[in-house]
Amino acid sequence: MQRPVFFNVLQIQLPVGAITSVTHRISGILLAIGVPFSIYLLDLSLDGPGGYQRAGELLHSLPVRCLAILFAWALGHHLLAGVRHLLSDIDIGSSLPAARRSAWIINCTSPWFAVIAAVALL
Amino acid sequence: MRKAPVSGLRPWIIQRFTAIYLFFFFLFLLVYFIFFPPASYEAWKDAMSGTVVIVATSVFFLALFAHAWIGLRDVIMDYVKPLPLRMTALALLAFGLIGMAAWVMHILFAAGG
Repeated sequence: MQRPVFFNVLQIQLPVGAITSVTHRISGILLAIGVPFSIYLLDLSLDGPGGYQRAGELLHSLPVRCLAILFAWALGHHLLAGVRHLLSDIDIGSSLPAARRSAWIINCTSPWFAVIAAVALL
Repeated sequence: MRKAPVSGLRPWIIQRFTAIYLFFFFLFLLVYFIFFPPASYEAWKDAMSGTVVIVATSVFFLALFAHAWIGLRDVIMDYVKPLPLRMTALALLAFGLIGMAAWVMHILFAAGG
């Protein structure tokens, strides 16, 4: 059955919880993409003193530091939004006003992980 | 004979229990690398050769791959509708995760040996 679909991204008004949910998803995908690179670094760092040094140099290179800032946001947001899910499962903060409040708090807090990482790394 | 209904309960539970382990392991990693970063290759190699560290790290990666499988599987099932494409994407994801698991286990056991 064909139903009319309204999908104008510019006109849809997302509730704040939906933004937390979408970014939970996006940050999860991002973190998954980072996994093979992290394993590569672990491999390199344990592969003799030369590899350890190379891993350190890689971590300190500018592109990796910039990516680390992005990943600080992704990890911080994913962890906070995940804790919100877990608490909601045991009926803590699962009423609509409380869930909206925690969603606001997470959306506004998680960019600060990136800011802290930027201050620490740049 | 009635067929068992397709249940989402098992992945739901796995996602939550792996999440709890991952959460505490990430806290541990953060504290370790900020306050006690390894000073040299020898210190790092030494830290990564203890049985407890290797077991805890192996469990971390297995929990991570299970968590990533359920999360990305859900994403693929939500957005990739044509069946051949969906099956291909799921198979690639599964092989990728299993491959990374084998890779990281090899690294960890080599570090312990």
